[in-house]
Amino acid sequence: MSSAIEVRGLTRRFGDFTAVDSITFDIQAGEVFGFLGANGAGKTTAIKMLIGLLAPTSGNASVAGFDVVRNADEVRRHIGYMSQRFSLYEDLTVRENITLYGGIYGLTDAEIRDRATALIRELQLDDAIDARVASLPLGWKQKLAFSVAMLHRPTVVFLDEPTGGVDPITRRQFWEMIYGEAERGTTVFVTTHYLDEAEYCDRISIMVDGRIAAMGTPGEVKQKFSAESLDEVFVQLVRPGSTPTLQHG
Amino acid sequence: MRVLRFLLRKEFLQIFRDRTIVGMLFVMPVIQLLILANAVTFQVTSARMYVVDEDHSPVSRGVVSRLAASGRFVRSEASPSTARGDSAMLDRRVDMIVVIPEGFARDIVAVHRGSVQLIFNAEDGAAAGVMQSYASAILARYGTELGAGTLPVQSAIMSSGTNPVPTRGAAVIEVRRRGWYNPNLDYRAYMVPGILVVLVTMIGTLLTAMNIVREKEAGTLDQLNVTPIKRSTFIAAKLIPLWTIAMADLAIGLVVARLVFHVPMRGSLLLVFFAATIYLIGALGIGLWISTVVETQQQAMFVTFALLMVYLLMSGLFTPVRGMPMWAQWSAEINPIAHFVALMRSVLLKGSGLRDVAGHLAALGAIGAAALGIAVRQYHKSSA
Amino acid sequence: MKFSYSWCAPDRRRLFSMGNPQQLWRRNSAVRAFIVKEMRHILRDRQTLTILLLLPLAMVVLFGFALRNDITDVRVAIVDPAPDPATIALRDRFAGNPRFSIVAISPTNVGVEPLFRRGDADMALEFRSGFGESLARGTPARLLLIGDASDPNTASMMAAYAGAVIAGYQSAIGATGQSIQIVPQFRMKYNPTLESVNLFVPGLIALVLTLITALMTAISLSREKERGTLEILLVSPLRPWQIILGKVLPYLLLAFGNVVTALLAAWAVFHVPFRGSLILLLVSSVLYSMVGLALGVLIAALTSSQRAAMLGALVGTMLPNTLLSGMIFPIASLPGWLRPITYLAPARWFIVIARGIMLRGVGVAYLWRELVVLTVMLVLLFGAAVRSFNARLA
Repeated sequence: MSSAIEVRGLTRRFGDFTAVDSITFDIQAGEVFGFLGANGAGKTTAIKMLIGLLAPTSGNASVAGFDVVRNADEVRRHIGYMSQRFSLYEDLTVRENITLYGGIYGLTDAEIRDRATALIRELQLDDAIDARVASLPLGWKQKLAFSVAMLHRPTVVFLDEPTGGVDPITRRQFWEMIYGEAERGTTVFVTTHYLDEAEYCDRISIMVDGRIAAMGTPGEVKQKFSAESLDEVFVQLVRPGSTPTLQHG
Repeated sequence: MRVLRFLLRKEFLQIFRDRTIVGMLFVMPVIQLLILANAVTFQVTSARMYVVDEDHSPVSRGVVSRLAASGRFVRSEASPSTARGDSAMLDRRVDMIVVIPEGFARDIVAVHRGSVQLIFNAEDGAAAGVMQSYASAILARYGTELGAGTLPVQSAIMSSGTNPVPTRGAAVIEVRRRGWYNPNLDYRAYMVPGILVVLVTMIGTLLTAMNIVREKEAGTLDQLNVTPIKRSTFIAAKLIPLWTIAMADLAIGLVVARLVFHVPMRGSLLLVFFAATIYLIGALGIGLWISTVVETQQQAMFVTFALLMVYLLMSGLFTPVRGMPMWAQWSAEINPIAHFVALMRSVLLKGSGLRDVAGHLAALGAIGAAALGIAVRQYHKSSA
Repeated sequence: MKFSYSWCAPDRRRLFSMGNPQQLWRRNSAVRAFIVKEMRHILRDRQTLTILLLLPLAMVVLFGFALRNDITDVRVAIVDPAPDPATIALRDRFAGNPRFSIVAISPTNVGVEPLFRRGDADMALEFRSGFGESLARGTPARLLLIGDASDPNTASMMAAYAGAVIAGYQSAIGATGQSIQIVPQFRMKYNPTLESVNLFVPGLIALVLTLITALMTAISLSREKERGTLEILLVSPLRPWQIILGKVLPYLLLAFGNVVTALLAAWAVFHVPFRGSLILLLVSSVLYSMVGLALGVLIAALTSSQRAAMLGALVGTMLPNTLLSGMIFPIASLPGWLRPITYLAPARWFIVIARGIMLRGVGVAYLWRELVVLTVMLVLLFGAAVRSFNARLA
């Protein structure tokens, strides 16, 4: 299997501050990859570089086989993105949002219609299709946002804290959707604060102060830190002054 | 192109779904025009006079009645005391005090020359200046008529003294005055074309800035930036709807101007809309630029507000550009509002044609291209 | 300390009661902390702050240097169908006058219209043929003065200047029928040099105070409301009046800093007079600011979103207080139906006070009516603001 994401020495500085410090990793196609770290550890900066919202200071990365700097347009065509802030248009209806994003990704009218129907059925949103997105409960909004991000069948999807503020049942449903996409071969790159969610990932990495402090399957990571749970690993790594120099993944 | 169509549909849906915005777009202009056209005026109204007549002669009364007859001055209070007049002025009950000293008529008879004192409340310097020139003209004319012996007071002077006024048969220059384009000196006819400019600018610049910043605040801008949309497509999708709306507002404004304010439209309306098209490129470009340098709608509003305030004051909308010092006149050359205001006024009021306003059009085109160019570059940089 | 829910239960007495001294002390330190937090918010938003500080200065400069109604260069087109010594002499008078410049001389008037349409001439002087002959014969010599009156004020002023040049010529050649001269002696009280900046600076104080008190308060409060941070404050032990004070005091300080800077600039650079009592001006400014703040709080209470608050503040405060207050455009020039509305604009009253103090040097004896009106406005608006806040949050 080829790498869906390849990152080599990716670095981003803002003035004197190094937000992301030479990170390197590979993610295989179809993998569900959990990208963990405390607030301010550099996760969002790293994602922004991978999806072309931010230019790297040095290093390089390719997503879906395209270089994120030189071939940003191709990258954008092949990825989906769902940010921590809910980012569908609240003042448009469900149908209008789907049509808009379908149109943006160059789907034909027939494709838009078919996928919209399928999506609506899957999410059981039949009654809400012409309701404004603002009127939907948060959980539905998030599921809808995910489905819309998948509308153009991207090969890689980036999810930035997709389940923030969502109830446990919806979170479970959400993760079922993620697995569904991964089974179809989509690579899923997800950041989260919920460490129980991290356990669902094929592999995880934990970022501390702009560097990747740990990487591997959840089991490997726990073993390496001789910890009972990821919670414990996290606390060990993030507690100030307790970060030993760790080799990457 | 297909993508642009989807984005345009989204923009129009969003604009027409927001009742605040729809109100702002179609009701506000009419109200604004009605209020602004009436409020934004330096039309000088009649000054209230306080009369201190110490002379009590037919000639001194003639001075007062001449001033009042002009309609520029209204006799409001009178007393023999200048001090009371001062107090009335401090209390803002009168705008001017006329003091006719004792012996005024006597001087006129004796030396053919008498002086009156006109004390203005000059807080509003411009208005006081205009009133001053009116008063000079009225008094000069009165003197001429007295000298020509055509007035009944003449006989009063003649009979009151031993030194009759020599009435020479000297020639006079008869000056007739004509004000073209606005013979009734209606200030609103002059202001309305300018206010229309303010209107389309508010829509163009403020809404563009607010609209993009709103997406920034909501996070949807990032979402769009990770899609394969070309930046140029995105910008076109943002600008075309607001451009359309600004043009529609201009049309509404012109109808109101015609029907309510009877603003003459002597020139070609086609030319007006053509110029507006070019002007709006710059206005929208500035809005786009503002959206790249601010983070919140509040800031967008403040920056736009501050920028427009300075641009408007320097545009010649309120005070003529040619009355400004050189540096300000130079700055007006690169002020799109100045060019568009001048163009609107000359096309609507004077019937100027394409060739008459070619200079303004060229300047608008250059400013528009520069503004949009800088804004697009800045936009690319800020969202890279 | 008991949590204060008095916001929710409209108990007016509790709203303003101060509690016992010890509580008061503890709360006051809370108020201080709150004020410091609010200050930080303001100082952190550099862009807005810069604009707030620079805009008044920029406007003083513009009004002081750039904005004048006086045109010093009137461009005249001369139409002289039959030049003779008299017309040439009068033309020379115009050419020699620094206020006029001759842009065209032609025997017919067909060229005048295009000049006007291009905006290349402001006025045309059209001699009737036989001008000099008539003058010599003693019959009226006729002259037509055509002004581009699309700008009525400028046109009348230019006509007056031209009239003066012609009158000068008349008396020079002794062709004056004006054997009697009535010489007006003008005194321009309070503003002898007719500077527009003198008129505007008092208005500018009103503008700045409105901008910061009403507009900023409305937006800042509604932002806290939108983000839910206001609720946190409301369930804190702070009393509502303390919250309002904390919100409002920093803006008040900012506004005052601004006013003082603008006044200093006006005084130092443009020599704007300051004839009356500084204390009275400051007291009235505080009064006016409080009216603005009450208006801001009221708008924030009545609107549901930041955008609506912004719009409400613009329409409800900025528009009337700038356009319908006599700040720039004289109220006397407004049409009759619009004038009653100006009574509702607080700035209308404040500007009378500020101008009275600064330019005319009057005191309370002449300004008590305006002060009373502002006080009544304050009481009504503050009552309404508190009431609507209670009602909204209940």
